[in-house]
Amino acid sequence: MHEMSLAMSVIDIVENAARAGNFRRVSTVWLEIGQLSAVEPEAMRFCFAAAARGTLADGAALQIIEINGRGLCFNCGETVPLAALYDPCPTCGGYPVQATGGTEMRVKELEVE
Amino acid sequence: MCTTCGCGVGDTRVDGKALPNAGSPSAESSSAEGSSDGDPPGSSQASPKGVGNNPAASYRALAADSRARPAAQGFAHSHRHGETHTHAGGAPAEKAGTSTGHARLVQIEEDILAANNAFAAANRRHFAEHGIFALNLVSSPGSGKTTLLCRTIEALRATLPIAVIEGDQQTSRDAERIRASGVRAVQINTGKGCHLDAHMVGHACDDLQPDEDSLLLIENVGNLVCPAAFDLGEAHKVVILSVTEGDDKPLKYPAMFNAASLMLLNKVDLLPYVDFNVELAVDYARRVNPALQVVTLSATSGEGFAAWLDWLQTACRQQQAGKRATIAALQQRISELEAQLAQHARG
Repeated sequence: MHEMSLAMSVIDIVENAARAGNFRRVSTVWLEIGQLSAVEPEAMRFCFAAAARGTLADGAALQIIEINGRGLCFNCGETVPLAALYDPCPTCGGYPVQATGGTEMRVKELEVE
Repeated sequence: MCTTCGCGVGDTRVDGKALPNAGSPSAESSSAEGSSDGDPPGSSQASPKGVGNNPAASYRALAADSRARPAAQGFAHSHRHGETHTHAGGAPAEKAGTSTGHARLVQIEEDILAANNAFAAANRRHFAEHGIFALNLVSSPGSGKTTLLCRTIEALRATLPIAVIEGDQQTSRDAERIRASGVRAVQINTGKGCHLDAHMVGHACDDLQPDEDSLLLIENVGNLVCPAAFDLGEAHKVVILSVTEGDDKPLKYPAMFNAASLMLLNKVDLLPYVDFNVELAVDYARRVNPALQVVTLSATSGEGFAAWLDWLQTACRQQQAGKRATIAALQQRISELEAQLAQHARG
């Protein structure tokens, strides 16, 4: 996907927070990335390192908290774990299963100096 | 240089003019602070005052720069830039008791796409206020989007004002094709990018100035992956799948079929020559998105085209009716307030 532009958005969010929160260095960035968000964590790490170069997050560690996919099965009415958007319900084998969690892409927390 | 699709940002152009694209945070803040140079001091609407509170608050790919921006007429772009910065307002909450020496933890809890979504919300509000029905057309390259647009324009332009935003990595060939069909079009070249975003579309609308109660067709970059995540402020995403592609594409690229409201299954005139199972493709698409509407058609032969035109015209009428209802409600409120005021004046 478009991890480079997402990584640059993360840096912008960090820079805004630095201005508001008055800090100059960021040592760790925690991201929440849902399993169904179509963001590849490895690509995100690569792009984050590139986007952070020369900013206050240069060299910062990136911690990715992966959020498992969840969905509501229209067939059996249960909330079930969901590994991919098009998967059938693991409980009853039916579909569709509407994703209810795991689509997040958020900057959760920063460790700053 | 994303490892998945090779996309980056930069080199974005709207009708050949460079979109502002701040390379460094200092460049961003100086451009934002210096923006009052070009604006008359009194014009609070045109000058991005919101930016002043938080000079470099713009999403880099969507960087705000009033100097490169054409004068906003009706499509108050600067206004929208101001709004996007409100989400960053206020100091981030710090966790109590987590300070260890100089290091501390700061909670952010901000969606990575928040900046794009704020631009998209502003675009959507503008479209609603002006009765403009906007569609974001997405597909892989070569599915026949531009041919479909040309035929749609030909069929509707006598009865409906239409404007087109064309997105491609390079060249203005598509915009030229659309202009040849007799409607206004603006070309966005995304350069290194692989998708349109809401900020580019806002700038394109500044240039294009779509008519009241018009149809705005936004042809996204041919790409079945990235455009799914970027809201442009459209009423619906319409995904176009052609029968010369595989019928299992909805399963292979589920995010896009999940994000769309309507699927146009194009090039059905070629069905006798290709191995494509229409029922299976529709079934796969509905596994990913149960609410997906489907129209099968051919932009070349015109087969099935009436259903698509019907869908478009109905949706445009609904958008226009929504605008009229809002205006009527506002007018009623004004007359109620005037009556109240008159009563007070008498009393």
